[in-house]
Amino acid sequence: MKLASAGLLAVAAALIASCATPQRDYQPDALAMMKRDFHARGSAGMDRLNQDSVQAACNKYKDEPPQGVADKLQKEQLAAIKWPADGKLLGDWKAGEKIAQNGRGMAWNDKGGDGGSCYNCHQVGPRESSFGTVGPSLYQFAKKRGYGADIQRYAYGKIYNAKAYNLCSQMPRMGHVGALTEQQMKDLTALLMDPASPVNQ
Amino acid sequence: MKRALVLGTLAVACAAAAQTPDPTAAEFDKFREIMEQDNPAELFEVKGEDLWKTPRGPKNASLEKCDLGLGPGVVKGAYAQLPRYFADIDRVMDAEARIVHCMITLQGFTQAELAKAPFSSLVRTPEPVSIVTYVAAQSRGMKFASPQNHVKERAAYETGKAIFFYRAGAFDFSCASCHGVDDKRIRTQPLPNFTKPEQAIRAVQGWPGYRMTGGVMHSLQWRLNDCYRQQRFPEPGYASETLSALLTYVTVNANGHVYRGPGIKR
Repeated sequence: MKLASAGLLAVAAALIASCATPQRDYQPDALAMMKRDFHARGSAGMDRLNQDSVQAACNKYKDEPPQGVADKLQKEQLAAIKWPADGKLLGDWKAGEKIAQNGRGMAWNDKGGDGGSCYNCHQVGPRESSFGTVGPSLYQFAKKRGYGADIQRYAYGKIYNAKAYNLCSQMPRMGHVGALTEQQMKDLTALLMDPASPVNQ
Repeated sequence: MKRALVLGTLAVACAAAAQTPDPTAAEFDKFREIMEQDNPAELFEVKGEDLWKTPRGPKNASLEKCDLGLGPGVVKGAYAQLPRYFADIDRVMDAEARIVHCMITLQGFTQAELAKAPFSSLVRTPEPVSIVTYVAAQSRGMKFASPQNHVKERAAYETGKAIFFYRAGAFDFSCASCHGVDDKRIRTQPLPNFTKPEQAIRAVQGWPGYRMTGGVMHSLQWRLNDCYRQQRFPEPGYASETLSALLTYVTVNANGHVYRGPGIKR
C-alpha cells in the first residue's frame, strides 16, 4: 500500500514536471537521425557526431552552463593544455600571418590540420580588410593588453583551447583537437604578441 | 549637459554604424538584381520541364503523376508548400527528396544511382537539380507556406531545430555557430540569423541558384552539404530525412515571405 502510493506520487510528480516543460527534448531524436543519415568522408569520421564533455554541456545548457559546471569543465580543459617543453611561446609572426590567413583544415578533403582560419572570424592584422566579425577584433592585441608573460600565456592557451577560458566559446580548440601544431600556435602567438608584428602597430 | 550631448552623439553614431549596410553585400545585391533579369537558371528550368514531362527510366514513365503535395501532377505552388508530410512514405520531405522519391517509384531509378554524384559540376548537372529548378519556378511570386498541421510535420520542425543547434565535430560548430546571431560575417560574407523569421527567408530565397563561383546550378541539397563540410562534420546523406528536417525548420521560420523563384548566388 505504502509502495503503491509512493509510486502514485512519483507518477503525479512526473506529470507535473511534464506540464512545467511542455516541450520535450528533441536532441536524442536529432542525434539518432543524424547517426542514421550521415557517413564518414575523408578525414571526418562518424565519431565527430559524438559530443565530448564540453560539447555535451554546451548543448544541454544552450551555451549558458551554470557556473559550477563551467568552472569544473574549464579547469579540466586548462589542465589538458600541453605547454611547449622549451618554455618559449613566441614563434615567427610572419609565419603566423600565413597561418591566420589559411582557412583550410579538418574538413573532408583536408589531410588534417593546416591553417588557423583566424581571419574567418577575427580582424587581425591591419592590411587585411577581408575579415569576419564572429569573434572580437584582435588588432593591437598586445598593444592594448601588454606584452608580459601572463598575456603571452593567455594568448597561447586561448589558441590551444578557447574552452579552457570560456566554456561555450564559438572558437575551435585548435591545439586540443590537433588542428594546429605547437610551432604553428607559437607563430600565431607571435602574430598577436610580438612588438614588431603589424598587429601591434 | 556636455556629457549628455556626447552620449547622445555616440548613440546616434552607433545607430548609424549598425544600419550601414555592408558595402560588399550592397554591391552584390545590385549585381544580382541585374543578373536575375537574365538568369541562366532559366536554362535549367526549361531542361527540368522537359525531364518532368518525358517518359524516362527503366519504367519509361514521366513524372507527371508525381504528387508534390498538392495532388498527382500539380506543380504550380507546390514548391512554396514544401517540406511537408507524405502519407505514402510516412515522412516529411523537401522538394528534392520528393522528386528523387518520384524518380524511384514512378521511373524505376535507384536511390544509390541518384545519390552517387548528386551535385553539379562544370560538365554535368544532375537531373534532379534541373527538375527541382523547374518545380521551384512554378512557385515564383508565392508565399512560403510549409505546413505544420500533421504531427510529423511538427516533429520535423522540432527535430530540425535540435539538429540546427547541435554542436559537435572537430571545431565544436553547429549551424547556429554561423546562423544563430545577428549582424556577423565570415570574412566579407554576411551571415543571416535563421532563427528569426525576417532573416530565415535568406536560407531559402534564391535557391535553387545559379552560382557564379564555378558557373553551375545548385539546389539546397548542395548548400546544406557544403555547410556540413565547413562545419567539419561527416557528410549528410543526399535527400536524407536529416536535411528535410533542417529545411522544415528554416522554411517554416520563413513562412509568409514571398519566394522570388530560382536565383543567382555568388
